[in-house]
Amino acid sequence: MLEIKNLHVSVGDKPILKGLTLSIQPGQVHAIMGPNGSGKSTLSYVLAGRAGYDITEGSITYNGEDLTALPPEERAAKGVFLAMQYPVEIPGVTTMTFLKTALNSQRRTRGESDLDAIGVLKLVRAKAKTLNVSEEMLKRALNVGFSGGEKKRLEILQMALFEPRLAILDETDSGLDIDALKLVAEGVNLLRSPERAMLVITHYQRLLDYIVPDRIHVLAKGRIVAEGGKELALELEAKGYEHILKDVA
Amino acid sequence: MSSVAQQETKKQVADIGEKYKYGFVTDIEMDMAPRGLSEDTVRFISAKKGEPEWMLEWRLGAFRRWLTMKEPKWARVHYPDIDYQNAYYYAAPKNTPLKQSLDEVDPKLLETYKKLGIPLHEQMALAGVAVDAVFDSVSVATTFKGKLNEAGVIFCPISEAIRDYPELVQKYLGSVVPVTDNFFATLNAAVFSDGTFVYVPKGVRCPMELSTYFRINASETGQFERTIIIADEGSYVSYLEGCTAPKRDENQLHAAVVELVALDNAEIKYSTVQNWYPGDENGLGGIFNFVTKRGDCRGVKSKISWTQVETGAALTWKYPSCILRGEGSVGEFYSIAIANNYQQADTGTKMIHLGANTKSRIISKGISAGKAQNTYRGLVSVYGKAKNARNYTQCDSLLIGGECGAHTVPYIESRNPTARIEHEATTSKIAEDQLFYCLARGIPQDEAVSLIVNGFCREVLQQLPMEFAVEAQKLVGISLEGSVG
Repeated sequence: MLEIKNLHVSVGDKPILKGLTLSIQPGQVHAIMGPNGSGKSTLSYVLAGRAGYDITEGSITYNGEDLTALPPEERAAKGVFLAMQYPVEIPGVTTMTFLKTALNSQRRTRGESDLDAIGVLKLVRAKAKTLNVSEEMLKRALNVGFSGGEKKRLEILQMALFEPRLAILDETDSGLDIDALKLVAEGVNLLRSPERAMLVITHYQRLLDYIVPDRIHVLAKGRIVAEGGKELALELEAKGYEHILKDVA
Repeated sequence: MSSVAQQETKKQVADIGEKYKYGFVTDIEMDMAPRGLSEDTVRFISAKKGEPEWMLEWRLGAFRRWLTMKEPKWARVHYPDIDYQNAYYYAAPKNTPLKQSLDEVDPKLLETYKKLGIPLHEQMALAGVAVDAVFDSVSVATTFKGKLNEAGVIFCPISEAIRDYPELVQKYLGSVVPVTDNFFATLNAAVFSDGTFVYVPKGVRCPMELSTYFRINASETGQFERTIIIADEGSYVSYLEGCTAPKRDENQLHAAVVELVALDNAEIKYSTVQNWYPGDENGLGGIFNFVTKRGDCRGVKSKISWTQVETGAALTWKYPSCILRGEGSVGEFYSIAIANNYQQADTGTKMIHLGANTKSRIISKGISAGKAQNTYRGLVSVYGKAKNARNYTQCDSLLIGGECGAHTVPYIESRNPTARIEHEATTSKIAEDQLFYCLARGIPQDEAVSLIVNGFCREVLQQLPMEFAVEAQKLVGISLEGSVG
């Protein structure tokens, strides 16, 4: 589903990713772990299509298509979803309005007809229940005054709503206490399916106790330096990144 | 409707259309005043309207005064000198040659109408295309008139009011915006050619939103409109002005005057959506909009509320104001001003607190994009007798791109120590991360800008009657299309 080959990415003149190669099949959950500054967030932004991240070498193929040729909104319509580390606030736009606009924009890009207000409402309500997102939250302006947990739950709600084929979760655990973390992880696990691939990006092993990955990649200095099964996370937790990096060097 | 009746109606309407066409052809020459401005021009206009002597005298007085006045230059707007002698002051709408089909209309304009979802026959009327029959409007206008008559509400063109209700007009005309008020208002007093007159009798709650849209000649208001709305004791009226579709008008100068009077316990809600031709992407053409709007809360506990959405015009100079004379009266000003490309907007309000326990509230949202300059200019003045006066002002500016400007110029005067005046101002930019967030969720750029800006304007949009708010929201998006590169 996703093939990243020898990816080099610069921000301004500064190279961040330096030859990253990664392949994910449908139904799999991969985790990317790495220390701060290793290029984790850069990878997530490049996949989503954020401006300012220049691909200088390599390729990203998504379902056989050159992903880099698509603008971000088309990637979304084709099933790429990025749950962001820092969801932004949009004052004055209710969460419900935002969800409806996004959902219908994606549908339109795919050549489908709009869902009417009631259709969207029903859909959102059904998904919101399982994530403990209240009606009141949906009426508030998008992310404005939301707690860290509320923001992340809303990201997962959007993931549930858009039903992406490739979901990238960028540090979804950051800023969450253990209860909030469990709730979010539960939401993510409910969305695991044989058609859907997930890329979970995290600094800490903690999240992977709840979202158990099929494969773990360790990212450091812009490249994958170690790969393994879920036990790799425990090793990292016990010995720290320094240890692995030394082994690589 | 049976098919016979239908045929009959069609024939009637067709007949009316025929007459209208003829009338228009013969009227062309006669409905143009000679170029330039003199006492003769004023007399010509007054005669055209068949006005009584007192009205002519009033106009002439204004004209003589105008000759001694100077154009105000304090606003933050720049424009070439206007040659007042090189303009036509009475070009009745009928002189605009009607186009034979929509093919002759600028396709860009039609594209905008389409986005706003305006029905085809209205598009044709707005674009100045000859329309044989506008079935809906005719029937709507008829039921509408009937209901208003029942309630005793007067709602008519001002020229009709001068003829039919001279004592009301004489009592209120110029009583809020005096003849000598300012250069543009005085010019308007001399040469105004049309406008609306509304009188709501004591204790009557006007049974519907009044809108120029429903007046048959709605799309034909002139360059110099004059509108008067009087809400008698305990009455309520909501008036909508303008149209959400742009009128392609190459005329350069528009100077309108609006006077509102609210007596004891009366309330007037005045909403405007202004979408005059703003000029092209390079700043060529467009309307210069110099407007004087003022409301007088003359009675105790009266209330006047202005809501404006200003998206058009190359240049806007407009300060809808409230004189809070009656004890406990309330003034409100809700504004959205959007300036894109080379548009310039200098707009705001004046809240003049004269009476005790008067309250005012100002919410202004300015959006600048392209190379536009957008200024909020507002005065809050509390006089000595205005014990316990309260004002709350909030001015928010949103910038899109790096070449535009936003300016906030508040003037605050208080001569009473019990007054409480609050002023808050913010300036923000559409952040790149907000845009990216929307894009990453599948929302295309123009729609994302529209969504974010509509959110920014929400408090003001909520003040508009619902039907209007929906169209205004679309308009906000359309005005800013392509503003993020």
